[in-house]
Amino acid sequence: MPSDLIHEYMRIDHLPQIWCPGCGNGVIMCDVAVAIQELIDDQEYDFDRDDFVIVSGIGCSSRAAGYLDFNSIHTTHGRAIAFATGIKFANPKLNVIVLTGDGDCSAIGGNHLIHAARRNLGLTVICFNNDIYGMTGGQYSPTTPNGDKATTAPYGNVDRPFDIANLATGAGASFSARGDVFHARETTEIIKKAILHKGFSLVDVYSVCPTYYGRKNKKGDAVEMLKWQRDNLIPTARYYSMSEEERAGKKQIGILSFNDYPEYTEEYAKIIAACRKKAKK
Amino acid sequence: MSKAVLMQGNEAAVEGAIAAGMRFFAGYPITPSTEIAEQSSLRLPQIGGKFIQMEDEISSIAAVLGASVAGVKAMTATSGPGFSLMQENIGYGVMAEIPCVIIDVQRAGPSTGLATSPSQGDYMQAKWGTHGDHPMIALSPSSVLETYTLIIRAFNLAEKYRTPVIFLMDEIVGHMREGVELPNPNDLIINHRKMSFHDGANKECYYVPEGKYVPAMKPFGQGERYNITGLAHDISGFPVNSNEIAGKLVTRLLDKVEKNVDNIVRVEEYLMDDAETAVVCFGGTARAAMDAVNAARAEGKKVGLFRPITVWPFPEKQLLARLPQLKNILMVEHNHGQMLLEVQRVTRCEKPVHFLGRVDGTVISPGDILAKLNEMEGVHHAE
Repeated sequence: MPSDLIHEYMRIDHLPQIWCPGCGNGVIMCDVAVAIQELIDDQEYDFDRDDFVIVSGIGCSSRAAGYLDFNSIHTTHGRAIAFATGIKFANPKLNVIVLTGDGDCSAIGGNHLIHAARRNLGLTVICFNNDIYGMTGGQYSPTTPNGDKATTAPYGNVDRPFDIANLATGAGASFSARGDVFHARETTEIIKKAILHKGFSLVDVYSVCPTYYGRKNKKGDAVEMLKWQRDNLIPTARYYSMSEEERAGKKQIGILSFNDYPEYTEEYAKIIAACRKKAKK
Repeated sequence: MSKAVLMQGNEAAVEGAIAAGMRFFAGYPITPSTEIAEQSSLRLPQIGGKFIQMEDEISSIAAVLGASVAGVKAMTATSGPGFSLMQENIGYGVMAEIPCVIIDVQRAGPSTGLATSPSQGDYMQAKWGTHGDHPMIALSPSSVLETYTLIIRAFNLAEKYRTPVIFLMDEIVGHMREGVELPNPNDLIINHRKMSFHDGANKECYYVPEGKYVPAMKPFGQGERYNITGLAHDISGFPVNSNEIAGKLVTRLLDKVEKNVDNIVRVEEYLMDDAETAVVCFGGTARAAMDAVNAARAEGKKVGLFRPITVWPFPEKQLLARLPQLKNILMVEHNHGQMLLEVQRVTRCEKPVHFLGRVDGTVISPGDILAKLNEMEGVHHAE
């Protein structure tokens, strides 16, 4: 029940949120809240609400941290993953979830993203990927498709875009996935798996920005943009049943890479234990 | 006192920090501070602490702030170029009131400069490196032993006032090796942040009782859910667009240090009681200055040493108290005249303020200072 969710897990005094009508970010924030709620309510696991920490950077996405009623820290632009690294390493029992955006985590924070992926410290990074800098009014980001328009690309974007989920995989992430706003239930399940994953996990969630990206590129309103997601972002099972021709121009939604590499804080705990054992001798 | 040990300044910084309760270090290698990271990586796991080498200095200070929010005393160490990279997040620490210690072992700049050579060119950066109006506490040691004891004070001030504290070392002290007798751990005074939000009925995380300046800080994960942001925020920790609330917040942050300046500021005065000339200097420079003062005294000159240990805020009251007895002041520092500006501001140049500085990466010698003192005397005779 969404209303129960809002009362239980959101800071109602601070709602309604600041996002534009039709923005996909509210759906992603809801997916995150539902994922946490279902994990806390699940008897199989032992999640304590106060052990969840939400860390965000700067941008439209990062306002989500303030609306979620957990320990939350809204940090500096691009640095959320680095702050989160300190929180998780200092207290590994905390479940640290980073809410970030395409600009926040793959432009200004790109270095932290790839090194966190490589390090495999147990953070869960959720990227609200809307292909644009929304907070500053529609400049092109590292995920803006080539040729698309933005306020700083009035003649079309010359850059080639990142695929953030593949970027994380390439950097050695032990869990990398893609979700979207249209497939909210599937995305919630992916986020749950990402939180349960012991090492570093990244979920690149395609949002929609009808106000800037949509309007600049004649993508229609929010509903039109969601229809595009429905038709072009394909959940894993169906994606694998499709032929190469059918897959053209489409992308897979789901877990893209998974490994059980050793987790950083657990490996470091072994060093502490070994040092202490040596000291006792 | 324990038995004497031979110790390097950078090593003393780590041992002092550990004595102060530091259990988290995040850093990135940079000359001449690297030994601090190396020593932390060796020592911290032995006592259950954590060391992490981050991908750059920006993430190092971010991880330190994160660890502090999780309730662990945390520190990073760097030098000029890395200190510049840290500035945005140091400002975040000020705004969000997150205690931590940042060591800057100064080297000759600007830019990559002379990476292995001493300098005190980051004096102004320590105060004004981050944007906006903000308070800043910076301490500067001049010996290996003082590095050990003063960094404990740096942590104490950080915890007490909930703010980042800059520990402004220089290559001279960082790489100096001296025999030191470390104080007995039982004799050390160690402060910890106030942890309970509940002051009466108020549960707001940035609530400050009337007449006080520092809110309590509870670590994440201990049952008090709250929000931290670098945006202007109200006492609940949430962003506001109210100019009145933003103004009040910044004023309180400034007051936190300004109203407690007597508690924060420390100076060393050497042979100042009858001094007519004050040699003002800080950090490693004070070593040569002390020698020069002794030599000048041997020649019958009434020269004393005035050394700010707290370099930010600048010890205004203490210098002004000496001003009536002084004929002149000599500011000696390894830069082009940075603390000089503070001395000139505070004294309003009521007495002549002379300057001796270097920007070539070499060390100012006692002889250089003595020669300058003689030259100043000549100037006064001519007057």
